Amino acid sequence: MARNFYEFSVKMIMLVPFIFVLIGILDVWVPKEAIQKHIGEESGIKGVFYVVLLAFFQGGPLYVAFPVAHLLWKKGCSIRNVFVYIGSFSALKVPMVMFEISFLGWKFSLVRAAVSLPVFLVIAEILARYVRGRELPMSRM
Amino acid sequence: MLRNLLPQFLLLIVLVSVFLGLMSRETLAHLLGQESGALGVLIAAVIGSVALIPGPIAYPLAGMLFEQGVPYTVLAVFITTLMMVGVITFPVEKEYLGTQTAVLRNLLSFVGALLVGMIMGVLL
Repeated sequence: MARNFYEFSVKMIMLVPFIFVLIGILDVWVPKEAIQKHIGEESGIKGVFYVVLLAFFQGGPLYVAFPVAHLLWKKGCSIRNVFVYIGSFSALKVPMVMFEISFLGWKFSLVRAAVSLPVFLVIAEILARYVRGRELPMSRM
Repeated sequence: MLRNLLPQFLLLIVLVSVFLGLMSRETLAHLLGQESGALGVLIAAVIGSVALIPGPIAYPLAGMLFEQGVPYTVLAVFITTLMMVGVITFPVEKEYLGTQTAVLRNLLSFVGALLVGMIMGVLL
C-alpha cells in the first residue's frame, strides 16, 4: 500500500506542476484572437473538431482537463467547445488508446469511442445552454 | 487562483493515493465481476464515479474482468464513469465550474455513461 501511494504521488507531483507551467506558457504565447477564430462561438463544426483533437492528444486524468479548459475559456473558446473538450476525455486519448486496445481489443475501443463521442457532444450542448446565462467561477480566476 | 486550487489538488492526490492503497485489483475485480445484469451495470457505474484509477491500472483491470466474463456493457460503463464522473475530483471541479454546473456535468456524464454502455451492449 505504501508503495502505491508513493508511486502515484510522485507521478502526480511531477505532472500537475508541469501542466500548470505549460498552461502558463500557453497563456502568454497564444493570442486570444487565434483561439477565438478557431474554436470560439462562431467556429461551428471545425471548432468542435479541433477541441476533440486537443483532448485526443492530452494525457492524464480528468482533473488536469480543468486548468486547460480554463485557459481555453479565458482565451475566448466557446463554452460549448469547452464542454466538448472535457467530454472528449472519455473517448480517445493517445496515451490510453494503447492500453485500451491491448487489454480490451480493437473492437471494444473503437466502438466505445465512436459511441461516447456523440453522447458527450450532446451533453456538452446541454451544458452550454444551461450555463449561457450564468457566470462561471473560472471567469473570475 | 493557485491559493484556492492548491489545497484542493493536494487533497485530491491524497485521496487517490489512499483509494489506490485500499483497493487491490482483486477487490475491484470481485466487486465488479460479481453481479450481472442491470445491478452489475449500476454497481460498475457507481464505482467508476467514485473511483479515480489511472488508465494504466484501470485498463489491465478491465481486461482481467473481461476474461472473467464481465459483459462489455459493464466494462464500458465502468470506464466511462471512471473517466468522466468524479466524486473525488468534485472539489477541484467546482472551483472551476461552480457547484451547480459541476453537479450537472457529473450527473449528465453518469447518465451518458449508462447510455454508452447500453448502446454498446446492443451493438456488441
